[in-house]
Amino acid sequence: MSLDTPALPRSGLDPFSTDFFDDPYPEHEKLREAGPVVWLERYGVHAVARHAEVHRVLNDWATFCSSRGVGLQDFSRETPWRQPSLVLETDPPEHDRARKVLARVLSPLTMRELRDGFAAAAEALVAGLVGREIDGIADLAQAFPLSVFPDRIGLARQGREHLLPYAGLAFNAFGPDNALRREAMARAAPHVAWVTEQCRRGNLSPDGLGARIHAAADAGEVTPEEAVLLVRSLLTAGIDTTVNGIGAALYCLARFPNQFQALRADPKQARNAFEEAVRLESPVQTFFRTTTRAVELGGAILPEGAKVLMFLASANRDPRRWDRPDEYDIARRTSGHVGFGSGIHMCVGQLIARLEGEVVLEALARHAAAIEIAGPPVRSYNNTLRGLARLPLRIR
Amino acid sequence: MKITFVAADGTRTQVQAREGDSVMHTAVQNDVDGIIGECGGSMMCATCHCYVDDGWTEAVGGQEEGESDLLDCAASEVRPTSRLSCQIRMRAELDGIVIHLPESQL
Ligand code: HEM
Ligand code: FES
Repeated sequence: MSLDTPALPRSGLDPFSTDFFDDPYPEHEKLREAGPVVWLERYGVHAVARHAEVHRVLNDWATFCSSRGVGLQDFSRETPWRQPSLVLETDPPEHDRARKVLARVLSPLTMRELRDGFAAAAEALVAGLVGREIDGIADLAQAFPLSVFPDRIGLARQGREHLLPYAGLAFNAFGPDNALRREAMARAAPHVAWVTEQCRRGNLSPDGLGARIHAAADAGEVTPEEAVLLVRSLLTAGIDTTVNGIGAALYCLARFPNQFQALRADPKQARNAFEEAVRLESPVQTFFRTTTRAVELGGAILPEGAKVLMFLASANRDPRRWDRPDEYDIARRTSGHVGFGSGIHMCVGQLIARLEGEVVLEALARHAAAIEIAGPPVRSYNNTLRGLARLPLRIR
Repeated sequence: MKITFVAADGTRTQVQAREGDSVMHTAVQNDVDGIIGECGGSMMCATCHCYVDDGWTEAVGGQEEGESDLLDCAASEVRPTSRLSCQIRMRAELDGIVIHLPESQL
């Protein structure tokens, strides 16, 4: 698609390159300063990096739709790599019907059921890490979600090692056809096969959350085939995201020791401490929308069919919206951050994500005296997710 | 237009609201304690629970679909005047509305 948009500020940035991933913040700032909407020459897309425009795009689904894909690919021109998601990659009314089922399965009521078990698991895991040097990612950020989430969904024990690679693949697939995406696609087959198989009713334990989605099909809310795809949504979006969320919180608490001490003094702040880490680190960095009509945005006119790249991470550090945006402050009023999105597609798993983050941080606050960085952190590269591959920590 | 929030201890705070904004959003923007709005209005958290003042219940109207299910999960007592403040949008008829805040939201 070639567009004549002379009025727009332009940028040659590649926001899906490893150079950018190593230090995105100066580039975010340049984008925000360049203007409310910036033309990204490399991919021929519009980008929004300020909080106001990101929020506006997220909250106008009729103009900025998801059904043409929330990655760079336009589903109306290219074939998606898998059958599109029934929630993430749809618009109302289809979206709302499917979302209702997931929202009920992941409701505050369900969280009440899960809370005690999750808290006990976090206590036990964290107690065993005190006094040791650990890899914060493998030993805690991955270990905790993997110890609670697949069981609650009702997944078979065999083959769970496919979960993280499958999520990595799905989140890489939102990006351009670069090395990250190609390599993930080349290794995709066994992961896709396993996940697809596990979403079927007969493979899920009858007392798990997955089975509740299938029960919604009995009630006629969705078809049996749709129920399979909705379980897939939980497996795709439910693990790697929380791994990176908990990893982000550990990285923040280790870099801002006074904030860990504030948390120790008041462990009830754990939930907000996690939320603030989601704001500051934004485990999900970007998503796209596609315009359904010509529209004015931030003084620019976007044509119909334009892809718009939303920099959630940049909106979450926009000084127009946040005081001391680069500081981790567990007492901050975080409401309004877009780390979980905003509007009709705002994360339907946000409660379980927060619950996991909260119980881990609360356990740390109760058991550990200090968290220190014990070696150089290693970044993990993904076209959409931000996080670490390794985080050497000393838990005192 | 204006909204008056009355905290559980009786403290009154009046804030300026914009037409179309939700009561939850207005409270959060103005740092009103007692409304959290954790889910940003996506009807998932019930941390925006409020009681509409008796004089305003008619103008505000009834609950939206799904609201009562969520209110069942609210931290404080649910009364006939209970609403999720993220589901109340400001419009001319609500100018001057009085909203009572619950004891706690979590
Ligand atoms: C810290 C962890 C998480 C983060 C940062 C996160 C982030 C996000 C974001 C930004 C969106 C909005 C997508 C859009 O607007 O296009 C979203 C949607 C979604 N998330 Fe999460 N998420 C997390 C955890 C989870 C968990 C644990 C689950 C499942 C149990 C989940 C399932 C979903 C689903 C199904 C959607 C699509 C909702 C819709 O389109 O209506 N997420 N998430
Ligand atoms: S803000 Fe979460 S339900 Fe109203």
